[in-house]
Amino acid sequence: MRPHETPAEFRGVPERRLLKIVDGLTFARGDLTPEQCAWHSDRPGAPIPDLPWGAVLVAPVTGSYDADSQPRATDADARSDAPRNGVPQIRLARADAAAPGDVVELLPERNRLRTRYRRGANANTLFATERCNSYCLMCSQPPRRVDDDWRVNDMLEVIALLDRDVPELGISGGEPTLLGDGLVAILRACRDRLPDTPLHVLSNGRRFGTTALADAVAGLRHPRLTWGVPFYADVADVHDYVVQSAGAFDETLHGLLMMASKGLSFEIRVVLTAPTVARLPALADFIWRHLPAAVHVAFMGLEPIGFALANHDALWINPADMAEPLTRAVHHLANRGMAVSLYNLPLCVLPAALRPFARRSISDWKQRYLDTCDGCAVRARCAGFFEWVKPGWIPHGLHALNAAEVSET
Amino acid sequence: MKFQLISAFQSNADSGYRLLPFRFGRLPDRPDEVLVTGDSGRFTFLSQADFLAFADHRLDPTTTRARDLEGLDLLHRGDRPIPLDRHAIAWRTRKAFLFDGPSLHIFVVTLRCHHSCRYCQVSRRAESDAGYDMDEATARAAVDRLFESPARQLTVEFQGGEPLLAFERIRGIVEDIAARNRSQRRTITFVLASTLHGVTDEQLAFFREHRFELSTSLDGPAALHDLNRPLPTRESHARTLAGVARARAALGADHVNALTTLTRASLAHPEAIVDHYIEQGFTSIFLRPLSPYGFARRGLARQGYATGEFMTFYRRALAHLIRRNLEGHALTEAYATLLLSSILTPFAHGYMDLRSPAGAGLGVLLYDYDGAVYPSDEARMLAAEGDRRFRMGSVHTPYRELLLSEPMQAILAAGLTEGLTGCADCVFQPYCGADPVDAYARQADVYGHRPSSAFCARQTAMFELLFGYLRDGDADVMRVFQSWVQRRAVAEIRGEPPEAIDAAA
Repeated sequence: MRPHETPAEFRGVPERRLLKIVDGLTFARGDLTPEQCAWHSDRPGAPIPDLPWGAVLVAPVTGSYDADSQPRATDADARSDAPRNGVPQIRLARADAAAPGDVVELLPERNRLRTRYRRGANANTLFATERCNSYCLMCSQPPRRVDDDWRVNDMLEVIALLDRDVPELGISGGEPTLLGDGLVAILRACRDRLPDTPLHVLSNGRRFGTTALADAVAGLRHPRLTWGVPFYADVADVHDYVVQSAGAFDETLHGLLMMASKGLSFEIRVVLTAPTVARLPALADFIWRHLPAAVHVAFMGLEPIGFALANHDALWINPADMAEPLTRAVHHLANRGMAVSLYNLPLCVLPAALRPFARRSISDWKQRYLDTCDGCAVRARCAGFFEWVKPGWIPHGLHALNAAEVSET
Repeated sequence: MKFQLISAFQSNADSGYRLLPFRFGRLPDRPDEVLVTGDSGRFTFLSQADFLAFADHRLDPTTTRARDLEGLDLLHRGDRPIPLDRHAIAWRTRKAFLFDGPSLHIFVVTLRCHHSCRYCQVSRRAESDAGYDMDEATARAAVDRLFESPARQLTVEFQGGEPLLAFERIRGIVEDIAARNRSQRRTITFVLASTLHGVTDEQLAFFREHRFELSTSLDGPAALHDLNRPLPTRESHARTLAGVARARAALGADHVNALTTLTRASLAHPEAIVDHYIEQGFTSIFLRPLSPYGFARRGLARQGYATGEFMTFYRRALAHLIRRNLEGHALTEAYATLLLSSILTPFAHGYMDLRSPAGAGLGVLLYDYDGAVYPSDEARMLAAEGDRRFRMGSVHTPYRELLLSEPMQAILAAGLTEGLTGCADCVFQPYCGADPVDAYARQADVYGHRPSSAFCARQTAMFELLFGYLRDGDADVMRVFQSWVQRRAVAEIRGEPPEAIDAAA
């Protein structure tokens, strides 16, 4: 796992700023000015092109570059391999903390470098706001009442630095729609800079039910935009309890119906908790009857972090104890031609009939396996566990699967 | 902020619940259970005791039963306003066909035919008769009307008589439509209803070029088919199969379908008819009872049968179809599939005879060979017998005037099951339709009289049969039904356990 933040020393960087890490190829293929970029040599000692870079990465204190590699003589004749005087410098504690294509935030007052976008990672997310209008029992990112509208411009800056061929991008929070027109501006920027990049926004959808947001978003005509909306039950009280907000069910359902009628693409995300499991089959039929336009329904195991830790007893249910209603719900939707996935659940604790729906859903940087997983034949396909999984959150009955069991999946 | 218990989000038991619109009924062999259907087609079975408690507002709103009924849109707990949006949108989804206007346009290009089928519902003419073909000016005007209709997806169906006897007219119409569609950009499907006897390679090449769907008639094994469909040479069955084989070779098997007409002679052979379709490689069979129209009515005494006799046949046929599907033969029954789609999905279906408001005129326009425009095939039959009350106008009448014509006023007044006596409170109303032209043809009254209506009797019996299967909930039968509704292989459908019905109140 590579960290989001890494220690770094800065020279000539007076304040926080965003830069894109480039090597020759990335710079040449991109549309950014040198001032927007931090030059990253592909070899130590290689010459630095004489351009007004925003910064230059210099070798780490304890270098992990290959000691044998040498600068080419012809290049060295023409250019210097040391930054010229006055060009800002970044010296990372770990050489692998930044690579060409990444977007990084320089934090000189803290001597840190924060990775905002990592090329090649299996998930990249823009964090929209810390605020939320719900207060979910299992929130992994507990909301705070702060004024963080500054994040709109910050995200616009990040978007301007992204590779144009970003394979996919997420926006989450907090509740992104609380940014109002600011969110619309961000979606517009994504549409204009990254029209081919699937964009996935996590939202509780409530403001689609109470404002004209659906019209504004539909008007953008973003070709690859999907909304991921949590929806926990077919009846209001169960959903409102889980999100701790009276009236949320009606607002979210109205929001989803608005999305459907405006032609917006949405997926439904059902977090599997003790209070929601019993009604999963009824929820599946409700989705089929009222929201058949959903492009995807994801049933998701709990993430043991944030509020979930405080509500363990109210939320935790062993996968084995949800097998029957979960199987019914998944088959009900899949039989009717809807796309269904299971997230965050290890293959070995799922009934064989559900394993084909399980995805390796946990982002690289927060995913791990346990000792039990050693020797498992499907480990590479398994969601595994969140990095911070701890006792009390580990399913009963974990075991390594053998080849015969794998053939069933 | 402190987390709250679920009780904080529940309305208190005293505030009770309100009922949402529902209808109810009982299946003949299950007198102690009540089928309850909601306006948008969702349904459940309740024990008699639960049903009475539900309808009497005696259910405890905090129970699982009350939650289940709320999830099914049958009641609303608490004193908050009832959110109408989800009900309105579900209803709109089921009536989505209304946004399109007429999408099926039938061209009767000739009345001539070489068959003399005893039950023929079409007022046919001999092959050599002159003056029963559509002329070019009529055809061009009909195409004007076609493009006046707002539907983006159009089906153009050619009927007769035997339409292949007027192939050059078909070619002219198709080429005219294709040329105009280069700017109109509608999605158009061409359908030809034909015996396929004597279809030529040139004709097949043309049909392939325009991606036609060919629909023919196959009544069952040779003896039965030839009995129903006499040719002087007594070889209708063999010629039909030869036509099917050549059509499949030219267009692909999925472009060739067959319809079954059932005479009294057919009723003894449900299994043989089903098996014959499987042997001949069809994937769909449409077990249609005899139509009461046209020449068919004259033969009814000899060939006709009552609804009860038809249902005895149909029950056997459906049970056999289910068995054969589970054995791996993918053969759907079109009518059951249609009704099941209406019962088991949130969507509108395309079948014109089972719509409310009626499909006649609102969904179909028929252009007769002589330029008359009718709202349905049945209306044309009545006109051929001398009763022209459903003639909307001619192909030279603008679309707007056709749709505002007097026959359409009569159809609209009588074409809404939600408002028809005997339909409005029927438990099957959400899945059924009104056909005022049919009602008039059978009962001389566009509104019809449900207790004496053969159409209603058959619909009711069909719904009782299908809901009986749904109530039994046999996992294999449900897989077959879902495979029909979803148009997928049975093997792809996973077993679904039946909903448990707790008889205890």
